[in-house]
Amino acid sequence: MTMENILSLPVKPPQPAQSQRWLGWLLRHREASLSAVLLVIVLGTSLVHPNFLSAQSIKDIILNVSIIALLTVGLTVVMLMRHIDLSIGSTLGLSAFLVGDLFSRFPHVPVAAAIAIGVLIGLLAGAVNGLLVTWGRVPSLVATLSTLYIFRGIDYAWVGGREINATVLPENFAVLGSGSFLGLPYMAMIAFGLLLLLAYYLKNFRGGREFYAIGSNHEGARLAGINVAYREFSGFLLCGAIAGLAGVLWLARFGSVNASSGNGIELQVVAAAVVGSVSIAGGSGSVLGAALGALLLAVIASALVILHVSGFWQLAIQGALILLAITGDTLLSRMLARQTVRRNNHV
Amino acid sequence: MMQAIAASTALTPNLAPALELLAARKSFGAVAALRDARLHMLPGEVHALLGENGAGKSTIVKILAGVHAPDAGVLKVDGRAVSFKTPADARRAGIAVIYQEPTLFGALSITENIYMGRQLTDRFGRLQHRAMSAEVEKLLQRMGVSLDPARIVQGLSIADQQVVEIAKALSQQAHILIMDEPTAALSKLEVERLFAIVRRLREQGVALLFITHRLEEVFALTQRLTIMRDGAFVMTGLTAQMDAELIVRHMVGRDLGNYYPRPDTVPGAVALKVKGLSRRGVFKDISFEVRKGEIVALAGLVGAGRSEVARAIFGIDAADAGEVWINGLPLNLGHPGAAVDAGLALVPEDRRQQGLVMTASIARNATLTMIRRLSHCGFMRVADEMQTSAEWGKKLKLKAHDYGANVATLSGGNQQKVVLAKWLATGPSVLIIDEPTRGIDVGAKAEVYHTIAQLLEQGLAVLMISSELPEVLGMAHRVIVLNEGRIAAQLSRDQMNEETIMAAALGQEESVV
Repeated sequence: MTMENILSLPVKPPQPAQSQRWLGWLLRHREASLSAVLLVIVLGTSLVHPNFLSAQSIKDIILNVSIIALLTVGLTVVMLMRHIDLSIGSTLGLSAFLVGDLFSRFPHVPVAAAIAIGVLIGLLAGAVNGLLVTWGRVPSLVATLSTLYIFRGIDYAWVGGREINATVLPENFAVLGSGSFLGLPYMAMIAFGLLLLLAYYLKNFRGGREFYAIGSNHEGARLAGINVAYREFSGFLLCGAIAGLAGVLWLARFGSVNASSGNGIELQVVAAAVVGSVSIAGGSGSVLGAALGALLLAVIASALVILHVSGFWQLAIQGALILLAITGDTLLSRMLARQTVRRNNHV
Repeated sequence: MMQAIAASTALTPNLAPALELLAARKSFGAVAALRDARLHMLPGEVHALLGENGAGKSTIVKILAGVHAPDAGVLKVDGRAVSFKTPADARRAGIAVIYQEPTLFGALSITENIYMGRQLTDRFGRLQHRAMSAEVEKLLQRMGVSLDPARIVQGLSIADQQVVEIAKALSQQAHILIMDEPTAALSKLEVERLFAIVRRLREQGVALLFITHRLEEVFALTQRLTIMRDGAFVMTGLTAQMDAELIVRHMVGRDLGNYYPRPDTVPGAVALKVKGLSRRGVFKDISFEVRKGEIVALAGLVGAGRSEVARAIFGIDAADAGEVWINGLPLNLGHPGAAVDAGLALVPEDRRQQGLVMTASIARNATLTMIRRLSHCGFMRVADEMQTSAEWGKKLKLKAHDYGANVATLSGGNQQKVVLAKWLATGPSVLIIDEPTRGIDVGAKAEVYHTIAQLLEQGLAVLMISSELPEVLGMAHRVIVLNEGRIAAQLSRDQMNEETIMAAALGQEESVV
């Protein structure tokens, strides 16, 4: 057999089965299926309760989801690397209170400076997490679980029994949480703007792709010459900074902040990311999917309220949804893998 | 110029070497992986690197790849001395490595895999997706393979993943390509396609290092070869001037120590009988018998399916076909519990992972298989654990001051004794022991051998899986050699020596007895 002949031999059957292509498409385009589910829920609920689609209720949902979506987008970067950051709720709480405290002491602090300080607090928290994971080699689950308590502890120590309320906040800061332009809330615009920016970065810049590479194959990333520790550190830094910013927005939106603000929010964020098809095994997912996951959970939550479903069922349905998202993903990819193996065995 | 190099082939002695490794040494802790490694690669040649398991081939690969730095020695690329601190350094010097298991990013596309870490960007730092995709398309065409650059790597066959790895190496302008057992997981057809690609690269002046256990591949593909043994260089020569027998002799030629008891027990009745055992894609049609008082060794290269056969007999992995009898009674395959009840014991290869609970005490570990027998209404009594384990410890000469201490505090040899005690306590009639002396020092090895010899005298039947030929030769009554999941040879004590076993393990048909 000549070389040309061997090279032109079909080593694999040329076309995958129809069902497999369909499965593969579904796996790759989770944003599409998420949007479809979202549409069905919105339309279904509004058929029963037409005012579900009222301008006010839509605005409420968007405001509610903005902060969670922002946090989800930040966490996605960390989860892409097969890490987790459970400390974001505590970072958010710390940033919200410290910035609020700043306003109560110096009412004339410029808004931009307040935002910068919030982000700085987040960066610091992210740096601690990043150092623990890269330099200290602590598994991120353990590292950020402990910083969850540590940051919250610092918060309690600082706050004591105090509480920030809306009266100490300057007018031009509160607008950040309640104001809107052409009907679009500022908060949603900030969240959406950051989402687009990050989506563009993750897709079109070397650093962005390296997050995916690290989560997909840690050793492979090292062998490809990627500075893995630096990249991991920067991911935690980014996630922390976003949590810090989310803290400032939280303060602007709710006005009143105490030591337990944002407590437990990290679990909602993890849930949103998972529902938005960000893989807990790392390497796959998109910030758009993650934000859609956050939106879907928020819409379902408010639909359940409007439909007068009891609180127990609200939580149970959220739980079932997360389970469905994970098992669905696992089953789909396992089916895909099995079909691939079967095809290869036919060779 | 390419043609000129191709025409001169690899055999011109005054051609400047592409890569030279001189007197390289590397130790991991107290273990010397390389004592004196040498390598001399020319542009436009395929060079085979040969050696037994543990001869140091993988360490050489890791040094060339920039993963490990040698403790001593010189590495020269294109005549210049280099020292690699990271894999990126090796890549910049023009060395690309294709590992046995492809190191790709499953969730990313072929194009992204090829360009990861050195993507093309415009002046704003943005990735040039289209340009990269076009380059990859051209590259794949040049290699003569039809793969879609946008396809996700997950789900590609191992052969196609290797094609992606080679494409990656080519796109890096690598002129030294290291391939670590690339054919291990390929079908015949895929191997031929790989060879075609390799030959094409050789003609283009690339220097290729090819590591394989299959001698027929060495003769089919390579111009020169280097043989390693126990971490040291043995020889480099022209492949055309070698034959299989000579290669095998260079690979194994070493003195046998005499610390093997070489048990002289006379085998009795058949204790374990295996007939037609098969597991699709892993091993096929395995039939043999082990008698009371007999050690049968299961030899073969790593990946030949030895441990897998043991796992299937014990019922950990399912078998597709075949039957097993223990003391004449058929065994219900696929149920480890039934295997234990029938009198089978398995001492696994990986002590730390599969044999011991590293966080529990010596006593707890040694009595783990007897939980049911020792418990009273579901409760364990520490005193019982201690007493039973002390009995076995004495029999096996276990060196431990306190049986309540954590098992991780013991040396490797003594840990192995705890694993043995654990299984012997179930009163087995057949013992399967996988790599009994891996990672334990010479003194402890001898003790493990004497323990096994003692057990034989008590009528135990032993199936021993071992990669160490001296151990096989020193202990076994008979040896069964596996090659790629099939029995390549069954050798009796007077038929077996290093050459016959190695030749059978390498699949050299003529030596099958």
